[in-house]
Amino acid sequence: MKTQVLIIGGGATGTGLARDLALRGVHCVLAEKRDINAGASGGNQGLLHSGARYIASDPSAAAECRREGRLLKKLAAHCIEDTGGLFVAVAGDDENYIADFPQRCAQYQIPALFLDIKDAREMEPALSDQIIAAFQVEDATIDPFRLSLDNIAHAHQLGTRLLRFAQAVDFKIINGKIRSVLLLNRMTGKKMSIEPEIVVNASGPWAGEVAAMAGVHMGMLYSKGSMLVTNARITQQVVNRLRYPTDGDILVPGGTVSILGTTSERIESPDLYYPEIHEIDHIIEEGAAMLPILASTRYIRAFCGVRPLISTEDTGDDRSVSRDFTLIDHSRGSERIENLVTITGGKLTTYRLMAEKTVDLVCKHLGVTQPCRTRIEPLPQTEDSKWTEPGLAPRLWIRNKNPKDQLLCGCEMVPQSAIDSITSSIRKQNGAPSLNAIGLRSRAGRGPCQGMFCSLMISAYLYDRKEFNDDQGLQNLCAFLNERWRGLHPLQWDSALIKFELLEALHCGLFGLELTRTGRRENLS
Amino acid sequence: MRRKPSDITCDLMIIGAGMAGMAAALFAANRGIDTVQVGMRGELDFSSGFLDLMAVHPIEEGRLWVNPWQAIDALVRDCPRHPYAFLDHNEMSTALSDFLVCLKQGGLSYHREPDRNVMVITPVGTLKPTYAIPVTVQNGIRALREKAACVIIDFQGLKGFSGLQIVETLKNDWPDLHTRRVVFPGGAVELYPEHMAGSLEMPEARAQLAEAIRPHLDRADYVGLPAILGIHETKKIFDDLQEQLKRPLFEIPTMPPSITGLRLRNIFERQLPLSGVRAFFHHKVLKASYIAKKGFRFEVGPQEAKFVVQAKGAVLASGRFFGRGLYADRKRITETVFGLPVYQPPDRAHWHRKSFLDPEGHPINLSGLETDDRFRPLGANGRPAFPNLFAAGSILAHQDWTRMKCGSGLAITTAYGAVKAFERQNR
Repeated sequence: MKTQVLIIGGGATGTGLARDLALRGVHCVLAEKRDINAGASGGNQGLLHSGARYIASDPSAAAECRREGRLLKKLAAHCIEDTGGLFVAVAGDDENYIADFPQRCAQYQIPALFLDIKDAREMEPALSDQIIAAFQVEDATIDPFRLSLDNIAHAHQLGTRLLRFAQAVDFKIINGKIRSVLLLNRMTGKKMSIEPEIVVNASGPWAGEVAAMAGVHMGMLYSKGSMLVTNARITQQVVNRLRYPTDGDILVPGGTVSILGTTSERIESPDLYYPEIHEIDHIIEEGAAMLPILASTRYIRAFCGVRPLISTEDTGDDRSVSRDFTLIDHSRGSERIENLVTITGGKLTTYRLMAEKTVDLVCKHLGVTQPCRTRIEPLPQTEDSKWTEPGLAPRLWIRNKNPKDQLLCGCEMVPQSAIDSITSSIRKQNGAPSLNAIGLRSRAGRGPCQGMFCSLMISAYLYDRKEFNDDQGLQNLCAFLNERWRGLHPLQWDSALIKFELLEALHCGLFGLELTRTGRRENLS
Repeated sequence: MRRKPSDITCDLMIIGAGMAGMAAALFAANRGIDTVQVGMRGELDFSSGFLDLMAVHPIEEGRLWVNPWQAIDALVRDCPRHPYAFLDHNEMSTALSDFLVCLKQGGLSYHREPDRNVMVITPVGTLKPTYAIPVTVQNGIRALREKAACVIIDFQGLKGFSGLQIVETLKNDWPDLHTRRVVFPGGAVELYPEHMAGSLEMPEARAQLAEAIRPHLDRADYVGLPAILGIHETKKIFDDLQEQLKRPLFEIPTMPPSITGLRLRNIFERQLPLSGVRAFFHHKVLKASYIAKKGFRFEVGPQEAKFVVQAKGAVLASGRFFGRGLYADRKRITETVFGLPVYQPPDRAHWHRKSFLDPEGHPINLSGLETDDRFRPLGANGRPAFPNLFAAGSILAHQDWTRMKCGSGLAITTAYGAVKAFERQNR
C-alpha cells in the first residue's frame, strides 16, 4: 500500500495530525499498535489547562496553554466542559509562591482572579477550612477520547485510513530513506507493508523505540502519573493546589465523577506499568489537604499514563523537564533519515498546535502549500464519539422509548442500540469490536460496578449479533477483566472488597475462567 | 405496631445466613440443639446451586482432580492449615448427606457421584468442575459426556444468556450442540428468570412453552434451557416439561443472582423454622459481649438493636467481605463481630496480585480466622478466644475457595464440624 504520510500512533497528536493532513489534502494512513488513546492520551486527567499551573515552572508552555485552551473552547466545544478552575493554597504552603502567583499570571496574560476565601468555599463547599488563598482561572475539562475519536472520524471521512492494532515492526531503509514500513496486526498476526513518502512518529512514550528502528537514537524519559476516579463529582470546577507543581494537587471534574491526580514516577519502560498502592495512598493524603472529603470518599478506579519526556540531561525531578513538545526533523543531524519526523512530549491542551507544527514541516517536505485549517475550522461532532458523553445514552434511550432496546449496562444505562452504533463505526473503520474497544468508546463499564455485569451482558449480545464467535467471548472477558483490574487492584479496601469478592466468585468460582486455556494465556500476556 | 420481641435465650447462636450459616442451623436443629439464627441473607442468592467440594490443587498448576476425596488428601498434605485438615472423610460425607437430605425434603433433589467431580456447563459456555448438582442439571452432564445431539433453547428478551455463546465456546469439544431462540409464552419484551419461573408454575404456560420449543427439536436428543423451571415446584415443572418434550431436559444457571441460588435460599427459609430454628433474617449482630461462665450476649436488629440474644455458644458464619464478616480499611483487615485476630498479609501491597486471573490466586483470600482443631477461632495469645465460639465457612483462613472449587464443601463441612464440637463440649 502506498500513501503520502504514515502516522505511527493513534493518540491525541496522531489523530490530530491525521485530521490536519487530511484537511490539507494529504493522503495518510494512521497505524496504532493498540487502540485510539491507548497510551498517554487516555491516561490523563482530561484537564484543559489555563496555563496557570506552569506559570513558574515553564512559562512558555503556560502561554501556549492559554492560547490553545481558548482556541479549543471555540473549535471543539462539544468535547469540553468549561468548568473554570480554582487555585487554592492551604495553611503551610509556600507563601512566596502564593504572593508571586498573580503577578506571574499577569505577565503572561493568564487571567487569575483573586477570590475571597469565603467566596471560594461558597463556590466549592468541599474545600478545606484551612484554605489561605484562592484564585479563579480559565481551566476547563476535555474528554480526550471524544477528541481523538472525532479527529480520526473526520480524517476518515476525508480519506485517511486507520489501522488499529497495527504495530510498526520494521523499517526498510535504503540510502537514508525509509522505503517501506512493515506493520504487524497484533490481533491476527498478519503483516503488511506500507510505502509512505514520509513517516511521522507520533507514538508518544514509544517515540524512542520507533526511532530506534530507523537507527536513530533518542533519549527518552518515562514519567508515570497515577490518578484516581471518585464515584461522585466532588467539585464543579477544577481545583489546583496553589504551589509549585507536585503530587496530588489537582482535582478535575469529569461528568459525574472527579479525577484526582497525579504523581510523577520515573519508570524504565512505557509498556508495563500500574497505578501503585503507595502512589494512590500518597495522592489521597495530598488531595485531602485541599478537599478533606477525598480522605473518605469512595474511589471506583485508578489509572495511570506515561508522560513522554525527551531527556536533555538527567534532572532529579521529571516535572522540571519541559512540558513543551519536541519536534524533530530527522533529515538533519548525524543519524540522518530523510523522511522521518518525530513529534513527542507536550500536553493534551496543546495537541492541536503540535499537530499543526508537525504538519507544517511534513508539508514543506512534500511540497504542499495548503495552510493549516484546524485553527479556524471547528472539529465536527461525529456519531463515533458521542457515546463517551456521560448521560447521553440514557437520554436517548428514554427519548426513543423502544422497549426492545434493552439496557446492557445498568449502571450507565447503555442500551443495545448504542452498542450497535459503536460496533458499526468500528466495522466501518475496518476494525473488529472488543469489550475493551466498546469500553473506550462508551460509558459501558465505567459506573459503580466497573463492568462486572455489563461485560457479560455485552458479550452475550455480541454473540447474538454474530460479532463474536468461537471462544472470543472468553478472550474478551479475560482481557477486559485484567484491564479493569489494573485500575481496581490498588483500591481494594472497604466496599471495593465486597465487589472484588463477587467478581472473583463469578469469574473464578462459577465460570472457572482462570482454568481455561484463554484465561491462562491472557495471564501470561 | 409489631411487638418488640423480648430477650431470647438459646443454646447456640448462628451468626450468618449464607451457605455456612444455613448449614450450621440445619445441623444444630438436626441434633436438637436450641438454636437462634441471625443473618442478613442475600449471599445464597448469588449461589449457582452447584455444590463444590474440592477440585483444583495446586491452584497455581490449575490441576483438576476427578476424585474430590483424593484432592482433599493432597490438599491437606500440602496445605496442612486448610480447614479441611480438621475433618475426616466420614464426617465430611455425613455433613454433605445431611445437607442434601434437607434439600430433598424441601423439594430440591441433588445428584452426586460419590467419588467423582462432574463438569457442568456455565452461562458463559465454560465447563466447570463441581461435586453435587441439582437434578435439573444432571442430564446436561450426560449430554456433555456423550457429546450427544443437543439443542440449547434461549429466549428473546432474556439478556445475558446466549445459546450461541455457549455453542460457539463449546463447539470444538461438542460439535453436535446447537441453539435456537424462541419467544417465551406471553412474550414480554424484557424477561427476568424470576418472572419466567413464576409463570411456569401455571400448567398452561408450560404447555405453551413446550409448543414453542417443539418445532426446534429437530434431531436433538437433549434439550438445555436457562434455569427458569420454577422456584417452588421445580420438580413438577421439570418433569412435566420433560414429559411434553419427550426429551431429557437440563437447566443451565443464568448470571447470578440465578434461580438456582434462590431455590436454595427458599428451602432453608422454609425448612429451618420447621425444624425449630428461630431464624431472624434481615437482622444482624450489632454488638457482642461475653461474660465468663455465662456465655454470649448479642444485641440484634436490622439497623439498630431491637432485642438481645443470650447464648451459651455461637457459630460465626458471617462470611468474608461480601458477607460483611470481614472488613478492611486501607491498612488492615478486621473481623466485624468480635474483633478477633485476622490472619493476613503484612500490608495492602500484598493483598492482591496485579493480574486478576493470576494462577497463584490473591493472597488476601488466604486471610481469615485461624482456629484450633475444633473450629474455635484463636485469640491474640494463640489459644481459643472463647471456649464456646466456633467459626465456619469462608471466614476461615488458609483457603481460596473460588480457585480450589471448595466453597460449598467448606461451608457445609466446617459448619458440621463446628456444631459437632459445640455439642460435644456442652452435653
